[in-house]
Amino acid sequence: MLGLVNILIGGIAYGFVLFLMAGGLSITLGLMGFANMAHAALAMVGGYTAALLIGKAGWPFLAALAMAGVTAALVGAVLERTLFRRLYQASELEQVLLTIGVVYVAIAAATYLVGPEQMAITVPAWLDGNLRLGPIDLNRYRLFLIGSGVALLLSLVHLIEHTTFGAKIRAAVFNRRMTASCGIDVDKLYALAFALGSALAGLGGALSIKLLGLDPNFPIKFLTELLIVVSVGGLGSLRGTFLAAMLFGIIDVVGKYLLPEIGAFIIYATALALLTVRPQGLVGRLR
Amino acid sequence: MSDVTLDLARMMVARRARWTTIEIIFWVAAAASYFLFPTKLVLLTQILIGGLFAMSLDLLLGYGGIPSFGHAAFFGLGAYAAGLLAAHGWGEPVSGVFAGGAAAGSLGFAFSAVIARVRGAAVLMVTLCIGLLLFEAASRMPWLTGGDTGLQGIEMWPLLGLFEFDLFGRTGFWYAYATAFLLYLAARRYVHSPEGLALKGMRENHDRVPMLGVSTVRRKMIAFTISATIAGMAGALLAQTTQIVALETLSFERSVAALVMLIVGGIGTLIGGFLGAATFIWLRDVLSALHPVYWMFWLGLALIALVLMARGGLVGALSRLTARLARVRTMR
Repeated sequence: MLGLVNILIGGIAYGFVLFLMAGGLSITLGLMGFANMAHAALAMVGGYTAALLIGKAGWPFLAALAMAGVTAALVGAVLERTLFRRLYQASELEQVLLTIGVVYVAIAAATYLVGPEQMAITVPAWLDGNLRLGPIDLNRYRLFLIGSGVALLLSLVHLIEHTTFGAKIRAAVFNRRMTASCGIDVDKLYALAFALGSALAGLGGALSIKLLGLDPNFPIKFLTELLIVVSVGGLGSLRGTFLAAMLFGIIDVVGKYLLPEIGAFIIYATALALLTVRPQGLVGRLR
Repeated sequence: MSDVTLDLARMMVARRARWTTIEIIFWVAAAASYFLFPTKLVLLTQILIGGLFAMSLDLLLGYGGIPSFGHAAFFGLGAYAAGLLAAHGWGEPVSGVFAGGAAAGSLGFAFSAVIARVRGAAVLMVTLCIGLLLFEAASRMPWLTGGDTGLQGIEMWPLLGLFEFDLFGRTGFWYAYATAFLLYLAARRYVHSPEGLALKGMRENHDRVPMLGVSTVRRKMIAFTISATIAGMAGALLAQTTQIVALETLSFERSVAALVMLIVGGIGTLIGGFLGAATFIWLRDVLSALHPVYWMFWLGLALIALVLMARGGLVGALSRLTARLARVRTMR
């Protein structure tokens, strides 16, 4: 029984890792409707930034995390200004192809610059080891992940649903021209939103290295899972993304424990079944 | 409809179905390449097979406007079906291709009902999931598929009982050429038939087609099944000519590669898939020999450049060129 509780906690922690990375994608793909396959590549940028700053330059953990978000936001903003903004009105297929091109270049660049080895990250002592709560052993880093995930969810929901910035973005997505004619600079708004999504990607990437590892194939390895989380959750719904991340995190960890021989099969089967029954996603509305 | 309009419509359809110069040049050049590059037959065979696979995707994407993000599922399934058949004692090639097509077509038909009912980004996600699902299934059943080492022990019987598959790939080349050409003819028939016209209608205006009394769900199901069948046949060809089936035939990378070939060659042209495959596979051969990572870098850059600049791919560029030449000639 206790073993099962621990596995369940492991699943929840993995769900939070998924959410930390998918939260940004929920903004760029979900809200802005841009088929951004390069999201996991931006997460990789953040991951390498943090790992190298801590390992090579000796930065403290939290400062490196912040820097990971900033770097990814900058890279994302540059990409958005030079490439992606031209394709907001283009078909999904063109967006997919362009961003996959960026992914390939990113993988090649990472292999060239950092090397193909696995990257490890050292976390400070206060995040290492276990915390005993009665009979349950809790890993401190997992608790930290869960805490960060909750904070992210609350602040994102607040930002999108209760601030003028969020209202402006939702308006621009709903009707770009009408929003522009209200005197809102849609171009700048989209650039900001994209940078925000990229910053979250970088942050999520940096936070997840300890659990997922980091090598140049990261952008492809986790891309599919993030896409599934966001689309099963429902495009444009942060709560849906959160729900789907929890669902897949728990299914993945519990499934791998109970039925190790079928591996990730169960995730894809669940995703396919859910998409068949609800193509609009768990929380989404039909458009 | 009056007889005159009907005749006019028939004439338009017949004119569209005419063979273009590019098509003729490609098939002649492909046959000639056998004599020009006798040491590169394995690569040429891969180009024909890759082109056939890209063409199957073109039926969906270029004609029906239905993107598929996991088309390698059908390619790989066809490859494994034909490979397993040959590894377990039935090495007859032609029936093996039909078996591969049948296996992929049945799966395509089963999923087509789902695909036909969703639209937009959901189509990409559903097809992506199908691809991932098959890849996982194959990698988790090493007793059947050979897992990471690939399916081995494929023994082919002589083609039509006459031609042995040789080490240089001579039989393999002509076998792939003939199969690809016949399937190309079949695909041409399909896209120029009323069925194909309805498919194009859906691409142009999805909501108006039902108003003509045409069921979009049925059209999509038919297109998806045909496309999956051809993809499976292409996979079967690869299994038979290389006599090994790797997990890679089912991979996400292969689905993306087919998309790239199609975009490079030009979508909605059928021949574009083959031209794209020729460019893609030849470049990959050259650049991977330098360093595998270089290939990825250039592929990425090429994709970015293609999306930003070249609309219509190679076929579009070639058509513009021939049109300009024709204009120059008439001006003289």
